[in-house]
Amino acid sequence: MKLLTGNDLKSGAVTWWDGVQWSLHVGDAIDVGDHADSILARESAAQRVNAAYAIEASKDENGVRPGHIKERIRALGPTVRPDLTLKPADPEAGQWVI
Amino acid sequence: MYKYDTYDQAMVDARVEEFRDQVRRRIDGHITEDQFKPLRLMNGLYLQLHAYMLRVAVPYGTLSGAQMHALGDIADKYDRGYGHFTTRQNIQYNWIKLDEAPDILADLAKVEMHAIQTSGNCIRNTSSDQYAGAAADEVTDPRPYAELIRQWSTFHPEFCYLPRKFKIAVIASETDRAAMRLHDIGVQIVRGENGELGAAFYVGGGMGRTPMIAPLIKQFVPLDQFITYAEACLRVYNRHGRRDNKYKARIKILVHELGKEEYTRQVEAEFAQLLSQNIEPPLAELERIKAQFADPAFATDLSDQLDRSDPDFALWVDNNCVTHKTPGYIAVTISLKPIGGIPGDASADQMRLMAALAAQYSFDELRVTHAQNIVLAHVRKDQLYALWQALDEAGLGTANLDLVGDIIACPGLDYCSLANARSIPVAQKIGQRLAAKEQEIGELKLKISGCINACGHHHAGHIGILGVDRKGTENYQLLLGGCEGADTSLGQITGPGFDEDGIVDAVEKATELYLSTREGGERFLDTYRRIGMAPFKEALYG
Repeated sequence: MKLLTGNDLKSGAVTWWDGVQWSLHVGDAIDVGDHADSILARESAAQRVNAAYAIEASKDENGVRPGHIKERIRALGPTVRPDLTLKPADPEAGQWVI
Repeated sequence: MYKYDTYDQAMVDARVEEFRDQVRRRIDGHITEDQFKPLRLMNGLYLQLHAYMLRVAVPYGTLSGAQMHALGDIADKYDRGYGHFTTRQNIQYNWIKLDEAPDILADLAKVEMHAIQTSGNCIRNTSSDQYAGAAADEVTDPRPYAELIRQWSTFHPEFCYLPRKFKIAVIASETDRAAMRLHDIGVQIVRGENGELGAAFYVGGGMGRTPMIAPLIKQFVPLDQFITYAEACLRVYNRHGRRDNKYKARIKILVHELGKEEYTRQVEAEFAQLLSQNIEPPLAELERIKAQFADPAFATDLSDQLDRSDPDFALWVDNNCVTHKTPGYIAVTISLKPIGGIPGDASADQMRLMAALAAQYSFDELRVTHAQNIVLAHVRKDQLYALWQALDEAGLGTANLDLVGDIIACPGLDYCSLANARSIPVAQKIGQRLAAKEQEIGELKLKISGCINACGHHHAGHIGILGVDRKGTENYQLLLGGCEGADTSLGQITGPGFDEDGIVDAVEKATELYLSTREGGERFLDTYRRIGMAPFKEALYG
């Protein structure tokens, strides 16, 4: 599957296209199929996202998983500061990255 | 230390307002990201893996207590309560909001700081010896010359768009503590035949994907021609540097391809032409700067003795303190490398504490080291125990300077958008694995980079580690034999890489071989140089 990701202009936070808007949570991301370019063009022009691009990902019973470790770290947060990730209370979150 | 004059302050204040307007226009949609990106980078603002990152310049690594205190306050007010000290002697904040960036620059300007030229293809922050002004072996304090370079290079209209970024280091000792020969220009302040001061120029060093040791191109430049000679070096580079290929754009490639002799010939021709134009700043300006780096009012007749009855304190003294040029004083390194910690990170509270301790114990001055530690350069020996107690209580008393736990590590894939692999977890695991043996192992400089750009100086590590991406997974190459001192050498790759746990095992095996084969007082590096790579390969892969 193909996901769209970028950053929020003001906060710089990593965001994911959920079909309607940009979410902080990769689990909300949808497969954009062949529509990546048109969505990116529209959303970038409207300044709803910054520095956006498409990535490969997979989906299973545990949810959406970006294909590359860099994108998984972007999705979660720094593995060395679990307190600053999106899942600070989940001790297994770091394993999802690796 | 140097204090801004009205010109310095006016320039920095004006830059804050200029950037505030640029940010406003970006948020309003009047300029695109493509237009804005070079503007924010000129002010040290990157877009990294999780958020904007702001890199703040710390000229030649020197900070006042008020400046360090302000850095702590910024970490609390605008970031997430911490900052990361870098191998360029700067500090980076990892969680910056775009609309608050101008306010941060305004807060920095209040304490004579900025983020100008901490990114882009310009002359970056000039680095120097962390023991400047305290070292017993220096011919003079190198920082006035670094400050002169800062003033010359800031907003230099000819050098704002160089082929690539440009880094200068200035030292004034035979012992190189600033990796001087691994810079685009390395300057060593030396004494001439008649005792007068001058500058030796080493040009064309660097790390990155093509590491090179800078050759000496000029033995002695009189100080009244110092900036003119630097200008000539830059002009030849600016004229002929490869702008067609960013991987071949650094000056090291130009010097290598032209050859040292031809590059030097062109610099000398340019130098002769520039001399006739009289571009050198007046020596009075250098003297004005030097006066601001005069020795603090050291007390006299102090005892040189230390009470070493507390064994933990004695261990810290032996590891983290070095001889000072003035009897009764000592230079202290505060390790930012606790066992299992993140190399170079300091919390806001730790920054403010170090600021307060600098004011109390070290003439209100601190230094950031290229090894990502903090130095208090002028501490009275009779106050050293009280200082250590305060540091230890705050988790800043780790006794491991230049030991295997004192690891240089770039932010790596945990923070950096350029990285291919994580650096910090590897550093943490090695530190924890070898903590019990690090005193026995002795000096061992271990450096980790998460990509070929080598921000973690892996080429210069006695043991170096380079993280690479191998088909989407992290892989780590091991290098041995690098060194950044007077006997600068580049590390050599041992062989096939390792996974995260494998590289920790490999480092342990290398240290075990060293311990079983060292002779006399050999350091790890000495043993490697004596026995060569083969026994290490056998231990690692045999």
